[in-house]
Amino acid sequence: MSDSDLPGTVLTPAEEGAQAASGPRSMVLNMGPQHPSTHGVLRLLLELDGEMVVSCRPDIGYLHTGIEKEFEVKHYQQGVTLTDRVDYLAPLSMNLGYCLAVEKLLGLEIPGQAQWMRVMLTELTRLNSHLVWLGTHAMDVGAMSVFLYCFREREDILRIFEMFSGQRMMTSYFRIGGLALEPPRGWHQRVKKFIDVFPSRVDEYEDLLTNNRIWIGRTRGIGVISLEDMLDLGVTGPMLRAAGLKIDTRKDAPYTSYEKFDFEVPTRTESDVFARYQVRVEEMRQSARIVTQAMEGMPAGPWKADAPHVVLPDREKMKTQMEALIYHFKIVTEGFRVPEGEVYQVIESPRGELGFYVVSDGTAKPYRVHMRTPSFGNLQATGRMVEGSLIADVIASIGSMDFVLGDTDR
Amino acid sequence: MAAAVAAFDADAVTGGNDAHDELTLEIAPAKIASICGFLKYDQGFVRLSTVTAVDRYPAEPRFEVVYHLHSIQRNERVRLKCRVRGEDPVIESVTSVWRSANWYEREVFDLFGIRFTNHPDLRRIMLPDDWEGHPLRKDYPVTGSRV
Repeated sequence: MSDSDLPGTVLTPAEEGAQAASGPRSMVLNMGPQHPSTHGVLRLLLELDGEMVVSCRPDIGYLHTGIEKEFEVKHYQQGVTLTDRVDYLAPLSMNLGYCLAVEKLLGLEIPGQAQWMRVMLTELTRLNSHLVWLGTHAMDVGAMSVFLYCFREREDILRIFEMFSGQRMMTSYFRIGGLALEPPRGWHQRVKKFIDVFPSRVDEYEDLLTNNRIWIGRTRGIGVISLEDMLDLGVTGPMLRAAGLKIDTRKDAPYTSYEKFDFEVPTRTESDVFARYQVRVEEMRQSARIVTQAMEGMPAGPWKADAPHVVLPDREKMKTQMEALIYHFKIVTEGFRVPEGEVYQVIESPRGELGFYVVSDGTAKPYRVHMRTPSFGNLQATGRMVEGSLIADVIASIGSMDFVLGDTDR
Repeated sequence: MAAAVAAFDADAVTGGNDAHDELTLEIAPAKIASICGFLKYDQGFVRLSTVTAVDRYPAEPRFEVVYHLHSIQRNERVRLKCRVRGEDPVIESVTSVWRSANWYEREVFDLFGIRFTNHPDLRRIMLPDDWEGHPLRKDYPVTGSRV
């Protein structure tokens, strides 16, 4: 297979036309879809005048999997496993958004322990996601060692996930009606051991970067975009907060008992790559606070809802009680019916506003599931952000958006 | 909210409900751009959260184009819904109101085959340009190979 057989590696006639029209001084550069700094398969068509970017057109879809179609042939509970694979750096946030949407349709009441456990693990997911972002972003900009430190802590988080769910990444730990499994024995010590040292680790990253002249030189005043442009272009999450807008779904429309936790929403006003870095670092500290509160105040009691037609019975009951066995058989073979209706559940994923639009027609399979993913909205602002900047800053700018291509293309 | 929209244009709202505490307004397709403009500039819905569609095949009108709007100032969300017929589905674009509609509508065009008039760049976004069919339509198979 030659290079020219790979999609996106040669310019199409229309793109060549754009090159010819752009005049003798400029050239069209094809960045991606296999460029290492895109962390996935994003293709940027850059029109350059010397080293200046005249225009930038993102081309996405290389990771399109048709997951929204797949939902329509799965039972509701099976759909949870699909959500992991959309934003693979924040699987538990995806699980949570989907479960909350379906639970809203079902009118299920989720017990306290399950809710707090969800908060704790979703915040660990936020840490996990921000650590990957910080490590890879720093590496793109030229600071290799930060990556190693970040991945050291990420490994601890993944081991915690493995302890809970048996999986490091594709956890599927939240299920419609509560959790997949009883929280394992000894989770408290394990999480405590991690969260007690974590704030000092954040200090370490800051020591390496915040006053680092090269880091400042590559990030301050770079990738600036106005708040109005971002709102108009569909940007959400840390990027808006780095432009001074105090917006966070956890505060504005609390879900899963976030209203019971004490945390700040960090903001900056510069709206550049450095401000986004500061916002996310502060978010890590705040997430650590939430994890500590959740861990210390974890309510006792059941970890799944009292809804035998939705939630699988305990193994012991299934083997000793006829009724439980029947429910088990019915849920596994034909799923459960969800009342007709539609909901749009929004949560704050590490990347911004994550919305699940679930439409039910009263059967055991969703009629339609649409995911409003933050990466898709954020990526639309790429052109606006990098036009007029240097080509070297394109990498710093797109790194500061923290997109995941699985989340973009679905 | 619903009253404000009705006061702005009485013919535009054809139905609605607030099931699950979420306000849904059904809008006549021809009025969508003007209603969106009113909601953005008069009612503070500065954000378009998403645009998507639902295929009600074989019922007619076949498609529902669904808009989720968000007002930061009022901390409110609203869902707008337009019903579009199945044969040559077409609706006016809202890109003139929010630039973010550009990609959202391209996605709906790509996966449902609904055309948006006055859209600046209506091309497929997820699938290759030479792809046949629109996968999220209900009459498009989930598995199988092309013969």
